[in-house]
Amino acid sequence: MTQLIWNGLFVGSFYALVALGYSMVYGIIKLLNFAHGDIYMLGAFIGFAMLTSVGVIPASLSITALLIVLLLVMISTGAIGVAIERVAYRPLRNSPRLAVLITAVGASFTLEYGVAAMAGPNPRVFPVRLEGQTFDILGARISAPQIVLMVVAVILMLGLNSYVQRTSMGRAMRAIALDPKGSLLMGINVNKVITWTFFIGSALAGAAGVMAGAYYGKIDFLMGFIIGLKAFTAAVIGGIGNIKGAMLGGLLLGLLEAFGSQWLGGQWRDVFTFAVLILFLTLKPTGLLGERVTERV
Amino acid sequence: MSDNVDTSTAPRLIGKPASAVSRLFESKQLGWAAFAIAVVFPFVIANNYAMNIATTAVIFVLLASGLNMVVGYCGLLDLGYIAFMAVGAYTAGIVSKAFELPILYTIPAVIIMCILSGLVIGGPTLRLRSDYLAIVTLGFGEIIRLTANNLDITGGPSGIYGIPGIELFGLDLSAPVSFYYFCVVVVALLVLGSARLGKSRLGRAWRFVREDEDAAEAMGIHTYKVKLAAYIFGAVWGGFGGLLFAAHLSAISPQSFVFLQSALVLMAVVLGGMGNTRGVVVGAVVISLMPELLRDMGNLRYVIFGVVLVAMMVLRPQGFWPARAYEPERPVPDIDPPGGGPGKPDGGTRPAARGRRNRGAGDAGADSAKGGAA
Repeated sequence: MTQLIWNGLFVGSFYALVALGYSMVYGIIKLLNFAHGDIYMLGAFIGFAMLTSVGVIPASLSITALLIVLLLVMISTGAIGVAIERVAYRPLRNSPRLAVLITAVGASFTLEYGVAAMAGPNPRVFPVRLEGQTFDILGARISAPQIVLMVVAVILMLGLNSYVQRTSMGRAMRAIALDPKGSLLMGINVNKVITWTFFIGSALAGAAGVMAGAYYGKIDFLMGFIIGLKAFTAAVIGGIGNIKGAMLGGLLLGLLEAFGSQWLGGQWRDVFTFAVLILFLTLKPTGLLGERVTERV
Repeated sequence: MSDNVDTSTAPRLIGKPASAVSRLFESKQLGWAAFAIAVVFPFVIANNYAMNIATTAVIFVLLASGLNMVVGYCGLLDLGYIAFMAVGAYTAGIVSKAFELPILYTIPAVIIMCILSGLVIGGPTLRLRSDYLAIVTLGFGEIIRLTANNLDITGGPSGIYGIPGIELFGLDLSAPVSFYYFCVVVVALLVLGSARLGKSRLGRAWRFVREDEDAAEAMGIHTYKVKLAAYIFGAVWGGFGGLLFAAHLSAISPQSFVFLQSALVLMAVVLGGMGNTRGVVVGAVVISLMPELLRDMGNLRYVIFGVVLVAMMVLRPQGFWPARAYEPERPVPDIDPPGGGPGKPDGGTRPAARGRRNRGAGDAGADSAKGGAA
């Protein structure tokens, strides 16, 4: 039981990191960024490339190396996210929604098969595998790397939350989410804020990708597909566009999944998640913390 | 026709008169020409390989024309379209094998299953913003595949094999050429059906919803019902595609229904020109032949697909052969049909006004509360 809860929270923290980017971008420009899950995949692959180019890393340094790589990956996936926004989404800012969604699918496709063409379509083994001693806490087996990853995830989430709540950039983000035109009139550089939002969201997704790679030990070019779907589910559960909602939704989804796959069997895990999504959309489309999904005319 | 000129609803008077090229492109005979090409094709090449590819292409045309109703006419992005094909294929396969029926007898079951799955997915989602549909359908496509992979009745990962071929009036049509002709006839009828639906009252409502959902609702169109209708019609077309697919290959497995396939159908619709049946048919033929032509490019060809999707939306969102900007000529009745409110005003359905939503202009649909009322 405690083991299930811990596993759920641990996986949920990955979901939450990816869901944050989804939710932030959606909150600000009302765009479902299908490429977001692929940024996560890209993060894992960039981390993989960096770690393999360094060579053999002694096990005692693996955590340090991983943290450095994490930082570098966050910067590069952030930059890639910004580039995608500039090339694919910005020219269509005022286009019909269908056009933007199709563009997002195209961007996702390009990333997936671009990686497949460069790194090969077969799964790769992540060079750093986090193995450490395990503790028994309240009957749950918890390993040291899990704790490290969890702490990193929590730091990132708390940092993001205080960034959005405290800084002037965060205030600008919230203003644009409320009223883009009004923010423009009030002298906010909307393009800059959107660029920055994409940077942060993509950086978080990249971080989650590296962490997942190090934890699961295997990466492949389609790994972003399902996680993107789950991050969306997490964002919907929490209330899309709401930052705290995305965190809550991610953790909750992790827990639901842990119990769901215990109950139905592991092969039904993704189906269960999807059923949860449909259920939420039917019963409470605003999510737990969201306000409204209807559109103002 | 001169007495209709002053009704100002005759949009054909807008702009320059059609040039010879555009008259050719709009010619009503083009459908017959395409049909003739499809009929003549086996006389040119009739080896098994060519027939196989041609049959696949014809089935792909059916899928694209079905998706065109959802994406092209109604403007709803369906990213899991192949799931309906899977539902159709599995229903046909399971029912025909379990009851030892000819595969054509499974048509009612296929239609019912497709309508049901369309209702399950579309029902809750279509009340919300249209982009929710996109991601939910994406999930649906994946879930159908996983379910087929996990269940015993669907044969698990190895799928179902030994599905009977087509048999009509005691004639065995499972030989490659005769099956090809069967597909051509069925697909031609269904493509014609989708084009006719697009011109019907419902089709005009679809395009109105695509252009401006709030205005459509203000004009008395029940947008939810209309969208659900588009989604379900698309589902049934996909189901027919699945049935033909199952009869064609006689074996189906979950690997046939991956997201890539949905994306390719979408690609055909987008490239050809959303909302224009002719463009979509051409797009589908081109896309389905692409893997044969670019076989040695490997994964790079999908990278190109992705880049083309993005570039297309940025540079030419209407597709290579877009739908015509106005309604075809039709006799304008002297007296308005009773209750003909939503059917009449053609002005709002012009793609020229595509989706440039009038934010903050008037409060006509302010409380349309699509999600809140759900």
